[in-house]
Amino acid sequence: MTLLPQAEDQARRKSSTQGVGRFIRSLTAIIWKDLAAELRSRELLSAMLVFALLVILIFNFAMELDARARSTVTAGVLWVTFAFAGTIGLNRSMAMEKDRGCLDGLLLAPVDRSAIYFAKAIGNLIFMLIVEAIILPTYSVLYSVNLFKPGLLLVILLGSIGYVAVGTLLSSMAVQTRTRDILLPILLFPLIIPVMIAAVKASTGYLQGVDFIDIRPWLNLLAVYDVIFIAVAFMVFDYVVEE
Amino acid sequence: MINVRKLVKRFGLKTVLRGMDFSVEPGEFVALLGPNGAGKTTFLRILASLSRPSLGQVTIAGYSLPSQAAAVRRRLGVVSHLPLLYGDLTAEENLRFYARMYDVPQAHKRIPEVLEMVGLANRRHDLVRTFSRGMQQRLAIGRAVLHDPEVMLFDEPHTGLDQDACQMLDTVLREVAARGRTVVMTSHDLARVADLASRFDVLSRGVIVASVERTQMEPDNLLAFYRQALAQG
Repeated sequence: MTLLPQAEDQARRKSSTQGVGRFIRSLTAIIWKDLAAELRSRELLSAMLVFALLVILIFNFAMELDARARSTVTAGVLWVTFAFAGTIGLNRSMAMEKDRGCLDGLLLAPVDRSAIYFAKAIGNLIFMLIVEAIILPTYSVLYSVNLFKPGLLLVILLGSIGYVAVGTLLSSMAVQTRTRDILLPILLFPLIIPVMIAAVKASTGYLQGVDFIDIRPWLNLLAVYDVIFIAVAFMVFDYVVEE
Repeated sequence: MINVRKLVKRFGLKTVLRGMDFSVEPGEFVALLGPNGAGKTTFLRILASLSRPSLGQVTIAGYSLPSQAAAVRRRLGVVSHLPLLYGDLTAEENLRFYARMYDVPQAHKRIPEVLEMVGLANRRHDLVRTFSRGMQQRLAIGRAVLHDPEVMLFDEPHTGLDQDACQMLDTVLREVAARGRTVVMTSHDLARVADLASRFDVLSRGVIVASVERTQMEPDNLLAFYRQALAQG
């Protein structure tokens, strides 16, 4: 009689472990597929990179900056560049799924649909971080600013996670419409205002050598925003993609 | 195998399916016929768990939708007029990706078998975007049968194919059905489905208006049956 609850418990644990295993397998499969397809076509990364490089070049020619002015506008220029380049990436990443009905192919798989969201978000984050890794040294050379500070890199990581968490969810909504290219920025930019403000303030703080205690509220805001929007996306993704 | 009762699907104010009843026995091959806008694709998308019913009951292989959608999806293979394949991956990479998504056991043995079945074994390392429409559709069938589903749903699979590609697709479809799978296929091409299906249902204005077994019908009489069904519906 006492064995029965134990057996049930074991079965439940086994099923839960299998569920987690399946979730991770499908997650890695989608990330692998996105990276393999991008390695072949290089459509997404090249578009993001060319756009981002053009933006910082235009800023370089448009603004004659002295050393003091540079430390105040650098964060703004960087985050404007990341946000616009990121939008191109988000649009392209979901358009690739829609092109040959592949999004339906993903949704037909017997996996937890949040695995699809997380995999697409991680893929988008990887592409965004690659672009940022190329933009940062280029910006450093053009503007003679040292951007390789651990605190600033942490802000860029947290800001990118928040941006991608919301962006992936909204791009999966926008991709269902005919005006997806226009709709995504219209939906996305108002929602990422808190991320942009916090990221710009925290980045400026690190660039100007402000005390950590003054930067911490912005870092907290970024972290809380990331957690909230990842949780929201986890809960609503299934409803967003289903008709 | 498939049971649908009083199914209603609304998009805003527009009602596409109006209390539809439908059932399919295991191993049956049902051709769902009907004019454009009758609700065929909407109905198949509900069966595939890509769309939620507004009202009514849908059960497939004993599992109800949408509450047990994951269990239903595990038993379904779906082919539409879009291939659901990635152009920048090879045929083999596409199947490997879907094998991981469906947790296919012994995928390294199953993938060559499926490529052989759809006649693409010698093109397995080629990118899908270099394939003709017919080849993509055959690979799409390979993708759909990879996990050996009990139920197959085909949504106008012949769309955009030339005569040779259609014939080749029919051969693959017959092979899929011959393995005892339950098949539901929507089509406009009556001549083509006449040879494939074991039962013909006509969907018009969101309900099934007529149904006939192939054995109960004179050969070459499908067009007359279809016209009569639409006229009465």
